[in-house]
Amino acid sequence: MLKTILAGTVLSLALAGTALAQATPKPGGIANAVIQPEPPGLMLGMVQNGPSQMVAGNIYEGLLRYDFDLKPLPGLAESWSMSDDGKTYTFKLVKNATWHDGKPFTADDVIFSVELLRQTHARARGNLARVASVTAPDPYTVVFTLSEPFGPFLGIFEVGSLPMIPKHVYAGTDYKTNPANNTPIGTGPYMFKEWKKGSYIRLVKNPNYHVAGKPYLDEIYWHVIPDAAARAVAFETGKVDILPGGSVENFDVPRLSKIKGACSTTKGWEFFSPHSWLWLNNRKGPTANKAFRQAVSYALDRDFARDVVWNGLGKPATGPFSSTVRYHDPKAAKYSYDTAKAKALLKESGYKGETVRLLPLPYGETWQRWAEAVKQNLEDAGIKVELVATDVAGWNQKTSEWDYDIAFTYLYQYGDPALGVGRNYVSSQIAKGSPFNNVEGYSNPSVDEAFAQGAVAVGDDKRRPIYEAVQKTLVEDAPVAWLLELQFPTITRCKVHDLVTTGIGVNDGFRDAWIDR
Amino acid sequence: MVGFLAQRVAKGIVVLLAIVVLNFFLIRLAPGDPALVMAGEAGAGDEAFIAQLREKFALDQPLPSQLGAYLGSIVHLDLGYSVRQQMPVATLIGERLPATLLLTGSAFVVSLSLGVLLGSLAARRAGTLADTAITGLALLFYATPLFWVSLMAIILFSVRLDWLPSFGFETVGAGYTGLSRALDIAHHLVLPALTLGLFFMAVYVRMTRSSMLEVSRLDFVKTARAKGLTEGVIQRRHILRNALLPVVTLAGLQAGTLVGGAVLTETVFAWPGIGRLMYEALLQRDYNLLLGVFVVSSAMVLVFNLVTDVVYRAVDPRIEVA
Repeated sequence: MLKTILAGTVLSLALAGTALAQATPKPGGIANAVIQPEPPGLMLGMVQNGPSQMVAGNIYEGLLRYDFDLKPLPGLAESWSMSDDGKTYTFKLVKNATWHDGKPFTADDVIFSVELLRQTHARARGNLARVASVTAPDPYTVVFTLSEPFGPFLGIFEVGSLPMIPKHVYAGTDYKTNPANNTPIGTGPYMFKEWKKGSYIRLVKNPNYHVAGKPYLDEIYWHVIPDAAARAVAFETGKVDILPGGSVENFDVPRLSKIKGACSTTKGWEFFSPHSWLWLNNRKGPTANKAFRQAVSYALDRDFARDVVWNGLGKPATGPFSSTVRYHDPKAAKYSYDTAKAKALLKESGYKGETVRLLPLPYGETWQRWAEAVKQNLEDAGIKVELVATDVAGWNQKTSEWDYDIAFTYLYQYGDPALGVGRNYVSSQIAKGSPFNNVEGYSNPSVDEAFAQGAVAVGDDKRRPIYEAVQKTLVEDAPVAWLLELQFPTITRCKVHDLVTTGIGVNDGFRDAWIDR
Repeated sequence: MVGFLAQRVAKGIVVLLAIVVLNFFLIRLAPGDPALVMAGEAGAGDEAFIAQLREKFALDQPLPSQLGAYLGSIVHLDLGYSVRQQMPVATLIGERLPATLLLTGSAFVVSLSLGVLLGSLAARRAGTLADTAITGLALLFYATPLFWVSLMAIILFSVRLDWLPSFGFETVGAGYTGLSRALDIAHHLVLPALTLGLFFMAVYVRMTRSSMLEVSRLDFVKTARAKGLTEGVIQRRHILRNALLPVVTLAGLQAGTLVGGAVLTETVFAWPGIGRLMYEALLQRDYNLLLGVFVVSSAMVLVFNLVTDVVYRAVDPRIEVA
């Protein structure tokens, strides 16, 4: 017995030893990563799509970063404070940050960025709606004054939501056509070097980065490889070392993760918390009936979808808040997989066997298979389903013009119900022409009121009961049918360390990453 | 001959303008527009944002004035601006054209030369084992989907044997120049050019073979034999030359697609060519870029048709150009 304990101790000591040895970053080396699809641009103030954020998160920075629990970390701001009434926020900026062209980063740049992003960045415009003024008492202090308190305010400062843009490059120019958009200048750990369209994007180390000793890598190459199978092969043959979440088809994930020398993690998506559901058209057709919508929710076999379609990745979701979003209430969940219950509710709803049009998300194989599985589930319960195939542009148009009965979608939740959840359920977000609002057309004054109150309430103890109540109402009304909290694992070669260190994962840039050589 | 060329070029320009107008409307018949796609990719989009994008893409203008503006710039040999890529369309196409020409050009040469060689071989040995082997192989490559052949080739030559690179135009970051860069590119070219060439090779094999067999039964071949010419001369000068006409027609058609690129091959091998550019422009509804690629590739089809006519005359002087 004693011997085993001893052996165990020795073993754990040895393990601790290797862990310690690995924890010392080595400078130098080149990172080869995959980017898919090729971004339309890298100027984060102008373009906000996923691949742009992933690459440009190395070039630009926000005032704050967020850990895996979404607690703020210093970024370009080294400290911050909130007034007791929740209306004044003061940020102290780091003093040694410079733009890639050598000019110092100051409070003027922050004020200018807010001004620019309000014109060009849809999400920032929403997040900043309650900001009455931004002032700079001195070059390294910025004060945001809000017209009313906004609970999630400290959650809007990551690089994708509020990137800092250099005033001296953009002030007084037409932002959209400024030639600097093609040679982005930020304060981040890596600088833009070269972009061979269709082949690769090359970033190089910023030698004057404001965090001493960082970054470690000399260069990053983002390879543009349009075919999913070819991306998997590129990783297998060692041509690339980093497959960011979502860059290979899901059925390849288990295989690639098991390759010798490959490591994978599902961390780094906590901030986004991609939450998938079926938009049920609340306006007309069978889906306008609450009992019918509940029947759909009961008819779905989420475990099967997770285990088979998503290869075990993700978590079944039966409510509007992801489990990583603040104030998520597991008790609100209601819908299990229960075909009998679904059939009973269908009868109650007066469904007469009309065919409903199901719109899959045109994002590759996994989504196609998922749509087929859902069709099967719904038909088992007695709902007639017709799959409608589209490409991305067609999907956008059909959903934004409400031309569907049931449509797949997933949205980022941005850690806080007031940032990424409410927009899908409040009536003020019902607007034709955009697929990123309350597309299902759900309207409930008590829900509107709750989301409005939740946003301006100050303090967790005030906000929590509001959001727990709204989750109960939403689950009961079933305006949409929740499917899964999605997971997109990042697969790397194990020699790449500290790539994913915050709640926005690879999008936070490679500032901590290093390669063991 | 000069008059013929001038007339054909003039006709070609009219056809080209008709193509532009037709494509302009065809593209817009597809649901969705670039503003919605970009808003979708951004994961957010209030009405103001989408309206801004529509304005940027000039989609807020009425259709006829959009067409008018586009035709105006085309006439000035300006392909317009890709708002999405923040670059002039001509620059974007110019960057990708060399890679496409290299790929499709190599595939063209490989498929034509191998196809004619193997086809005539099969015809000479019609009915033998060699003939069966060649035609069988040709049939196999003709019938197998291109992307599948590509993927199998990648698994064999890149993953298992590690002889050839599986993706890209050159080794990124290697910093090769001059001859070593050319060799590096050639190394990357082998797999995509071969897999792309195999399909057309199969077509040329079958075409050359049947055409040669047909010609070899004609009277003038008998006459040549009776004159006592050697078999090699008969095969080359009498049979092959006369049998080549349909092959030239086919080659002309293939040449027309050279610039259009090979979407599948370029996608599978991450080859930075026009085909991919066009496909992405289509998915993103990048109208100006898509039209630009169409204009350039249709212009090339017209040019190659012209060249084919001229080659026809060279191969068979009996044909008049008119």
